[in-house]
Amino acid sequence: MIQRTLPIAFAIVFGVFMLAQYFVPHPWVARGYNTVLDWKQIVFGCTLTLGVFSLLRFHGRKLLRRDPGALFSGVALVSCIATVLAGIFFGIEGGPYRWLFERVQAPMQATLFSMLAFFVASASYRAFRARSAHATILLVAGCIVMLGRVPAGDILGFDAGGARYSLAGIASWILDIPNLAAKRGILIGVGLGMISTSLRIILGVERAYLGQSRSGGGGS
Amino acid sequence: MRRPYNPLMLVRPGSRRHVLLMAAAILLAAAPRATGEEAAADTTAAAARRWFATERLPTFVPLVLFASLVGGFILAARGGRNLFVRRIAGLDAIDEAIGRATEMGRPILFSPGLDEMDQPATVAAINILGQIAEKSASYDHRVSVLNRDPIVMSVAQDVVRSGYLRAGRPDLFREEDVFYVTYSQFGYAAGVAGFMVRTRPAANFFLGHFYAESLVMAETGQATGAIQIAGTDSDAQLPFFITACDYTLIGEELYAASVYLAREPLLLGSLKAQDMAKLLVIIFILLGVAAGFLGVNMDFWAAASGAGG
Repeated sequence: MIQRTLPIAFAIVFGVFMLAQYFVPHPWVARGYNTVLDWKQIVFGCTLTLGVFSLLRFHGRKLLRRDPGALFSGVALVSCIATVLAGIFFGIEGGPYRWLFERVQAPMQATLFSMLAFFVASASYRAFRARSAHATILLVAGCIVMLGRVPAGDILGFDAGGARYSLAGIASWILDIPNLAAKRGILIGVGLGMISTSLRIILGVERAYLGQSRSGGGGS
Repeated sequence: MRRPYNPLMLVRPGSRRHVLLMAAAILLAAAPRATGEEAAADTTAAAARRWFATERLPTFVPLVLFASLVGGFILAARGGRNLFVRRIAGLDAIDEAIGRATEMGRPILFSPGLDEMDQPATVAAINILGQIAEKSASYDHRVSVLNRDPIVMSVAQDVVRSGYLRAGRPDLFREEDVFYVTYSQFGYAAGVAGFMVRTRPAANFFLGHFYAESLVMAETGQATGAIQIAGTDSDAQLPFFITACDYTLIGEELYAASVYLAREPLLLGSLKAQDMAKLLVIIFILLGVAAGFLGVNMDFWAAASGAGG
């Protein structure tokens, strides 16, 4: 019973406090808020060990069972242990730890980030295939916005009714009016969904995040 | 059926008394204090010791209105009122995806996004995970959950275990199916992409809050031929998911889906309140547009505080 109700009680108390602190600027409340944030960091630090333990166990099992891809698990384990040892014995400000971060991890992350360009190209190719009216509108709008965002966009355009309509101007209109309207519609819906979810947690109606259903099933 | 008395809680969560108490607590905590304190707030130090940030009143009033709507509909649902809730497109695809994975004998992958457990999008994603786990266990199939946050991983383990238990298959649960990848954003993307390429899941679920890594994962899943269902409240990543996935829950649909799938009356009550609030927002927008055309100043708050408008 404690396993079920205590987390709900914590969620309710801290939920109400975090909601109230937004509207109450009193120093007492601000102090309490900062204390809660500090505790959150401490709890996170403790749970990180859970993550590391899970990682070691997952890859360790794969290695021991010689599953397909066990070699990659071996690389992950060796890298993890080597980085921890480098940090412990040589410090994190310089030495091998810093070298591993700057010469191995950072370039790998940059490589993956760079690959986004190719993924964007392949996704755009699929999206811009003008097979329907919607896809055609997307294709035309996409072309105008892309051309309008480069220097040529100021030169390209047309004159109508004594006024000059450049692609850059049309691109800005597409981004500021129809695009922004749709975006704000989505954001309003998201805001209401967030508040609704938060209120359900505060009111104790939402329990699925604890592995419990309202009817009391489940639980751990 | 009467629930057992719980000495740990003064009131039972979800009960009428609990809803009223919580509403009162929120109002009391945030309401302006006595005029005596307000009158004394003419020095900087005293102003810093205010009990209510009056500049946040325009946020407070709609919040109280919306909270009242949610509370009201929850109470109505609790009273046994039958609430009609709109159908959410794309949710049928979840059954289809799980069935396909079962027939093909290939894994089901679930990613709860990159945010932590204190974010509503992650809570919504975890709720949906519970339903997916239950459904897949009823088909005698397991779900693999790849996590970026250790707390989310711990919660996901509990939720998947409970889902299997509800389906009557607790024996299916393996702790190594719900595992931690890394806290690094692109390290996580690489881990998920690698998992997809090696194990070839038949169904991929990307539900939660995502950042730039969304396209890396969705495009890799597309390349491996998986049926993909995404849902995010991150407006910047929605175009990528819509392009690369078979079904996408857009914005608030992610939150609505978690409630819709649970099919519990009290939760449906809050979804109904959400829809009513959207209707109110639409009415206010139309009023604003009409007022704009008629030249009527609707910025009452700025006018009252002398900020112009």
